[in-house]
Amino acid sequence: MSPSPASENSGIWKLIFGRLDWSSLPLHEPIVVGTFIMVMLGGLVVVAGITKYKLWGMLWRDWFTTVDHKRIGIMYMILGLIMFVRGFADAVMMRLQQAMAFNGSEGYLNAHHYDQIFTAHGVIMIFFVAMPMITGIMNYIVPLQIGARDVSFPFLNNFSFWMTTAGAVIVMMSLFVGEFARTGWLAYPPLSGIAYSPGVGVDYYIWGLQIAGIGTLLSGVNLIATIVKMRAPGMNMMKLPVFTWTSLCANILIVAAFPVLTAVLALLSLDRYVGTAFFTNDMGGNPMMYVNLIWIWGHPEVYILILPLFGVFSEVTSTFSNKRLFGYSSMVYATVVIAILSYLVWLHHFFTMGSGASVNSFFGITTMVISIPTGAKLFNWLFTMYRGRIRFDLPMMWTVAFMLTFTVGGMTGVLLAVPPADFVLHNSLFLIAHFHNVIIGGVLFGLFAAINYWWPKAFGFTLDTKWGKRSFWLWVVGFWFAFMPLYILGLMGVTRRMRVFDDPSLQIWFQIAAFGALMIAAGIACMFVQFAVSIINREKLRDTTGDPWNGRTLEWATSSPPPDYNFAFTPVIHDNDAWADMKKRGYQRPLTGYEAIHMPSNTGTGIIIAGLSIAFSVGMIWYIWWLAGLSFVGILAVAIGHTFNYKRDFYIPKDVVERTEGERTALLATQG
Amino acid sequence: MASASPIDPAFLDKDGNPLFHLAHEPHHPEGSSTMLGFWMYLMSDCLIFACLFATYAVLGGNYAAGPGPKDLFDLPLVALNTAMLLFSSITYGFAMLAMEKNRVGATQGWLAITGLFGLAFLSIEMYEFAHLIHEGATPMRSGFLSAFFTLVGTHGLHVTFGCIWLVTLMVQVAKHGLIPANQRRLMCLSMFWHFLDVIWIGVFTFVYLMGMLR
Repeated sequence: MSPSPASENSGIWKLIFGRLDWSSLPLHEPIVVGTFIMVMLGGLVVVAGITKYKLWGMLWRDWFTTVDHKRIGIMYMILGLIMFVRGFADAVMMRLQQAMAFNGSEGYLNAHHYDQIFTAHGVIMIFFVAMPMITGIMNYIVPLQIGARDVSFPFLNNFSFWMTTAGAVIVMMSLFVGEFARTGWLAYPPLSGIAYSPGVGVDYYIWGLQIAGIGTLLSGVNLIATIVKMRAPGMNMMKLPVFTWTSLCANILIVAAFPVLTAVLALLSLDRYVGTAFFTNDMGGNPMMYVNLIWIWGHPEVYILILPLFGVFSEVTSTFSNKRLFGYSSMVYATVVIAILSYLVWLHHFFTMGSGASVNSFFGITTMVISIPTGAKLFNWLFTMYRGRIRFDLPMMWTVAFMLTFTVGGMTGVLLAVPPADFVLHNSLFLIAHFHNVIIGGVLFGLFAAINYWWPKAFGFTLDTKWGKRSFWLWVVGFWFAFMPLYILGLMGVTRRMRVFDDPSLQIWFQIAAFGALMIAAGIACMFVQFAVSIINREKLRDTTGDPWNGRTLEWATSSPPPDYNFAFTPVIHDNDAWADMKKRGYQRPLTGYEAIHMPSNTGTGIIIAGLSIAFSVGMIWYIWWLAGLSFVGILAVAIGHTFNYKRDFYIPKDVVERTEGERTALLATQG
Repeated sequence: MASASPIDPAFLDKDGNPLFHLAHEPHHPEGSSTMLGFWMYLMSDCLIFACLFATYAVLGGNYAAGPGPKDLFDLPLVALNTAMLLFSSITYGFAMLAMEKNRVGATQGWLAITGLFGLAFLSIEMYEFAHLIHEGATPMRSGFLSAFFTLVGTHGLHVTFGCIWLVTLMVQVAKHGLIPANQRRLMCLSMFWHFLDVIWIGVFTFVYLMGMLR
């Protein structure tokens, strides 16, 4: 596709469209064009379906503008799952390319495309899969676990979600218009500077992350305030459910880490847009400053991801062992210690920078020290299981798989923490195997445990076990096939992000890894079948009790799905496992005395500002300055306009509460 | 009434209240988490400044054969500028005192004076920047100047948003008076304004004063 130079070089075109022209569309990439057609067809089907069944009004009223933490939590999960498919497609493409590109073969991906894929894979999996999914789970569960009606700042919650989604939209846009960064997921300068990456890829990266980062930061502020201020009476800090504790620590890390990302990306943008000299090789810039700053965000980030899942494993282990969690307070202290230590280890990501033996030793030792509280947690889970009546339902199966897998990943991590060893293994496939070992074995397995555990709470029916088990086995076995070869290759010295290989003896390992990736693909397919089968068979899988697992914490005290107001009466807490305590003491649900309940009202401001943020980012990425300026003014105007609305709440009338609770009473009575 | 609820006496505490729930909906004062939430936002903002200070500390000596602080900084001008910002903090304090006494007119008056001091600060800063750029000391000239302009400029940008916010609040106070929601908003802006003052003291000390000693 050759651009017509007459129109595109003219000043008026530049004024209106910036650097966007017909050659920006990747029409020469058949894979991208095919994907585009598929996505468009799929999108059309969805839009047509929604229009045909007249669902737009319902979506807008009940979902897009909602401030209900439960609905926002579900929307986060849907966003995470959609982006997971994209991120995993990238992974499979890389595995196939590396399995093929031997003996002079170039594989099927050119360098320009391949480099975008490995960057997009990392960015999407961390920022738009793991982050939305853990935020979604925290959003849904934390207010229920502490007996609250919603979060502290319900509008901010909706706004945070839409900003995260806007970031995802910006990153997805880069697939079809222009290109994505070809720099690796952290976009180190000087490669990501304007001299070496003059295209739009890094700008897509910057604005996607900046917009989503605002959402993440605000949701962190929101959840901390919620946990500190909105706990039910009697729930002091040492009676918090462990998941809420780990969420609190993760959110403190978010508030203390994401501003660093915002700042460092802002400096990179200044280098790219204004021509400053922060991270340049000349004019007094210092690229290592970027690497330091981004890892001061980046290392806490991995604990932001894993800590809430440690909480999930704690809840699951104690519930499915029918026992109180072993060592509750040591678990809390271990979480806090991990949170603090996570700020003292960032330099282990670049021991090879040349900071000298003393600095490297300090960071090597702090890194190894983290394995102590983490080990304490593992022993706590094991002791919880010891002499418990363990039920091997799906959440527990994922938890056991986690314990086995994550421990191996943790040990290879300690190995990498030894600076001399790291000099050999730095940027090798050993590192790739290590962090996939902990992120898949920890974060993803934890998310699957959480989804299987809390799905019945969110939807009122359990997930299908048969397809769940298929998914489980394919995933776990597939994981080992996919990543053990990478450990071996890494030890042999193969570095990351390679597109073609010379040594034919390595090919077999890449083929095994590709086989593992295909098994994981089958596991993911089984998971989606599991969701579909469960939704179809929902009447058979229906849970009317609200407490299908004999749970121990407060979220199981209310109905499934919980009513808008969560609890008809604000619960009073006397024990760590509040619901287990209530059940043990023969709790009776109160049936009268309901009162009107004060609730926040919906608002469309969040989605409107997020939409304007996308327009602003497009303007900045493509140098369409009028669009950027106009959208920025629009964002300010809508935000200020929102502050003129003083009526942000309403009451759910007493009779509505009475009717809702009456229905639940009738439902509970049918079980005898 | 709750007294009608048929709760088993075993599940009432010694005062006759239900053991596992509150009989009456607790009254959550509107905006009870706002101060805590806003503090956390301020601390996250503080971290952005911490990064910019750190960047200045690392790059501040990289002149790239260009001008250094001694060649560029005009301390009397910066002292005047500092005075503007410090005065604006005092007058914001007076606005808050007037708010406590529920005097709308005095509150608005002090807010207006605060805004004028803020604008004076911004004008002097823009004059300083224009002067530097005119002399060829642009943000692109060296790592030192990049870090300088970004740190000081980010602070200035915050003051600009503070001024926009101040005007918005003055309109809202004029419209609705000193209702609790507006008082809360004025409190938040107060924290924001004083926070910017504290940051400026850091900028003044580390960038300007210590720059002259380099």
